[in-house]
Amino acid sequence: MNVTVAIDAGETPPSASEAGPAPKRIVVAYGFWIFLLSDIVMFSALFAAYTVLRHATAGGPTGAELFNQGRVAIETACLLASSYTCGLMTLAVNSRRRLGTYVGALLTFALGAAFLTLEIREFADMIAQGASPQRSAFLSAFFTLVGCHGLHVAAGLIWLVVMMAQVATKGFRAPVLRRLQCFSLFWHALDIIWVGLFTVVYLMGVAS
Amino acid sequence: MTTERYDRAPGDRSLLADEEEATSSGLLIYSIGMVLAVVLTAASFWVANTPLLWAPGIPLGLAVLAIAQMGVHVVFFLHITTGPDNTNNVLALAFGVLIVLLVIAGSLVIMANLNGSMMPPAELMDMQMKY
Repeated sequence: MNVTVAIDAGETPPSASEAGPAPKRIVVAYGFWIFLLSDIVMFSALFAAYTVLRHATAGGPTGAELFNQGRVAIETACLLASSYTCGLMTLAVNSRRRLGTYVGALLTFALGAAFLTLEIREFADMIAQGASPQRSAFLSAFFTLVGCHGLHVAAGLIWLVVMMAQVATKGFRAPVLRRLQCFSLFWHALDIIWVGLFTVVYLMGVAS
Repeated sequence: MTTERYDRAPGDRSLLADEEEATSSGLLIYSIGMVLAVVLTAASFWVANTPLLWAPGIPLGLAVLAIAQMGVHVVFFLHITTGPDNTNNVLALAFGVLIVLLVIAGSLVIMANLNGSMMPPAELMDMQMKY
């Protein structure tokens, strides 16, 4: 819309190089985007390791025996819903509504914590059944891949708490807004990784 | 305003997200994405468990559904578009996808080749010795 205004006024808008460096919000978000992509590349290595070692069970339990699809479905629903509420929080932040931000953050945190609780209980159940990471190459790869995602979710939850404390004490200042923007990117990226994870690990593990 | 030519920050729906983003249209976009993601997830779980489909095709079907859902997340939650203000974000994403594909497909091909040229198990070796 601004472009048409500029053209109507008979002046061409300056190119990016003439306009000078981009605003910090764009630079910061782009840098964080690069970090997220590198994080996804790291996950791809773990995915490759898991797929290669999937059948190396060394006589131990296989995925089809261990995985509980009902629990995975609930975990998936929690993480997807928390991604949605994170989007709602972003909308509240962009229109500077403090209450909406807190409610969105609270829902996001609760759903993320529910996901993490279910995952930790799943790990504990598996280890209680003797399916610990030491049992076979398959289980080592499984715990590395799923545990790494779980660690990211845990880090995201801590980050969310810190951000809410910053909103409460500092308000919607520019640095706080940039951090909130990076947090929402991080949270959505975690959900994208989980999509690959539940497909490759759980669904393909049970199907084949 | 001199910001027309800047690239858009990933995750923002417009350059001036701070001031101009209408909450109702943003809500609509997130909701469409949520509905699509739920449908695709439900389809994945159905495909993995149904006896109706040809079993060897199921992993391929699951992969297609997962890639579709990742696309939905990228478009509706991360707001990556093909617009000219998104070129940098899309290029970075494309490079990331390239590396991911190289790592995963390369590992699978190499390891399948290695497995194929491994020494066969003992019973098979015995058979070869006998005849």
